[in-house]
Order: sequence, then structure tokens, then C-alpha cells
Amino acid sequence: MAVSATVTKDTQKNIWDGGVSPLKASYGKLMMWFFLLSDAFTFSGLLITYGFLRYSFPAYEGSLNAFKPSQEYWPVPEKIFDAVPFLHGVHLPLLFVGLMTFILILSSVTMVLAVEAGHRMDKQDATKWMLWTIVGGLTFLGCQAWEWGHFIHGTEEGLALSNGVLFHGANLQLNEYGPPLFASLFFFITGFHGMHVLSGVLLNVIIFYNIVVGTYERRGHYEMIEKVGLYWHFVDLVWVFVFTFYYLI
Amino acid sequence: MDHTENITVTPKPADKEKIRKLWKIAMILGIITAIEFFLAVFMPRGILLYSVFIGLTLVKAFYIISEFMHLKYEVKSLIWSIAIPVIFLIWLIIALMAEGGSVFNINF
Repeated sequence: MAVSATVTKDTQKNIWDGGVSPLKASYGKLMMWFFLLSDAFTFSGLLITYGFLRYSFPAYEGSLNAFKPSQEYWPVPEKIFDAVPFLHGVHLPLLFVGLMTFILILSSVTMVLAVEAGHRMDKQDATKWMLWTIVGGLTFLGCQAWEWGHFIHGTEEGLALSNGVLFHGANLQLNEYGPPLFASLFFFITGFHGMHVLSGVLLNVIIFYNIVVGTYERRGHYEMIEKVGLYWHFVDLVWVFVFTFYYLI
Repeated sequence: MDHTENITVTPKPADKEKIRKLWKIAMILGIITAIEFFLAVFMPRGILLYSVFIGLTLVKAFYIISEFMHLKYEVKSLIWSIAIPVIFLIWLIIALMAEGGSVFNINF
């Protein structure tokens, strides 16, 4: 008792003198925050590189309706990403990525609801919302797989190479949409984000398993959902930026 | 070992107000995304549109970080220790945009 009384007295003087947690957050949560900060730097590095390379190429000047992909200038993204599954040949600019953004936002909401259920020690609700979060993550990954497949296989128009061969789709050396770097950046940025979503889904599955077998109930708190939740929201946050800087602008 | 015994935990009732607030934020995020989508299709491209996009993105980022990631409700020193390092990014953006412009001038 005497010790805790001293600590309380010191707290009033200086919270950084030890004996208390000045940031009022657990070790795990703090480390997750600082990891996410470093991860934000990595993603910013990729996105700012995109901006840098885009500015070092000529922009498309003509009218939007007359846009034709060319190696001479950077493409207009809404003219490239206009396909939706099962609607072959229909020009629906950005509809599919918009839908993907929406799916990821929804899975973020179900994650907060799982965290909220954890606070109330409600195992049943936490299980339900965690499962929905996993479903949302897997749906997003499926959409991205389709998006990649479509991007790699390309369109009928293709790109006429100097030796007369018609090249369809994209790889790291060549693509029919614009300068080679356009496709490389697409693979790097959306791929790196996709890897984050994949590891997020795996973490969510582990958490889901632990909720179901009652690990957190025995532990007396559901803080693990909060920590993994932070990561999951971060993945959503990054996608918001990728959507703007890669697809919209 | 007593940790194998059956523990019955009675969950507290859900706070309807809090849950409604979370769905409201989700709706705001969804509506902003829909607005961005329509602007991309119907507004002429240019500096004005790009500024609107960046502004709306920052609004979305603010909601996700402050509400979903709960940062708004943490202590001040934690908020600042996450927010201040982001200043470096502003420097990187300005530096690389200027660099991109001069690479363009050399090449074209």
C-alpha cells in the first residue's frame, strides 16, 4: 500500500519518472502502433515513388474520349481500369475498384464491432463479427486476384510491337497500357497491399480460432482483437490512399 | 489445475448508441467513396479535381484513424508520437515531386 501511495504522489509530479504507464496503453498495442507507423512509411515510399515517376513522364493532353494507351505518355487510370467481372467489353470506369474499396471499409466496420463485442466479453457476437471480417477480407482478395488476372491478360487491342507482334496485357518489362513502369508500379503497390491483406486475414483466422475455443474468455480480456484490429484498419487505410493515388488521380 | 474448469462469463448488453455511431461512420466513408467515384467520371480532370480527391481522402483517413483505430480517445502524448513523425512524409512528397519535374525537363 505504501508503495502504490508513493507512485500516486510521483504521478502528480512527473508521469515519466516510472512506475506508471504514461501512454495508458498496453505494450502490445503500443508496439502495434509503432509498427504501423513504420509500415506507413513503407507504403508512403511506394506511393510517393509512383508520384515521382508519374511526374517524370508526359501526361496525356488530348480529350478524354479520344484516349488511346501509348508508350509515349502516362495513361489515364479510369480509361485502363474499366472492367467488371461478367460484363465483358462494357466500359465501367473504376466501378470494380470502387466496390473493392467499399468491401474493405465494410470489413473494417465488422472488425470494430468485434472489438466492441470483446469489450463486453460477448463471445457469441465477437465470433460472428470476426467471421464477417474474414469473409470481407477473402472477398477483397478474390476481387484483387481477378483484377490482377485481367490486368495481366489484357484487352483485344493490345500493343503493336516494332516487330509487328501484337502484345496483350502486362508484365514487368512491357504492357499495353502505357510506359513499362506503369505496370511495374501496379504490381508492386497493389501486390504489397494484397500481401498485407493476406497476412491480415491469416491473423484474423488465428484470432477467430482463439475466440471460438475460449482462449480470451479464460484470459479475462479480448485485447488481442484490438491489436489485430489496428492492423486490419491500417490495411483499409492504406487502400483508401492507393484508391486515390493509383486509381483516381 | 483450475484453468480447465468451465467458466461462465455473462456478456454485458450491447451499447446501441455506440454501435449506431460506428455504422454512421461506415456510411460516411461509403458515401465519400461514392462521391469520389462520381467525380472521377463526371468532373474534368485537373488540379481542382485532384485537390478535391486528396481532401476527401484525408477526411476518410481521419475517420478511420480517429474512430476505427480509436486514436482520438488515446492520451495526447500517444497521439502526437504517432502524428509528428508523419511530417517526414511531407518533406519526401515535396522533394520527390520537384525531382520528378526536373527529370521530366531533362528527358522531354
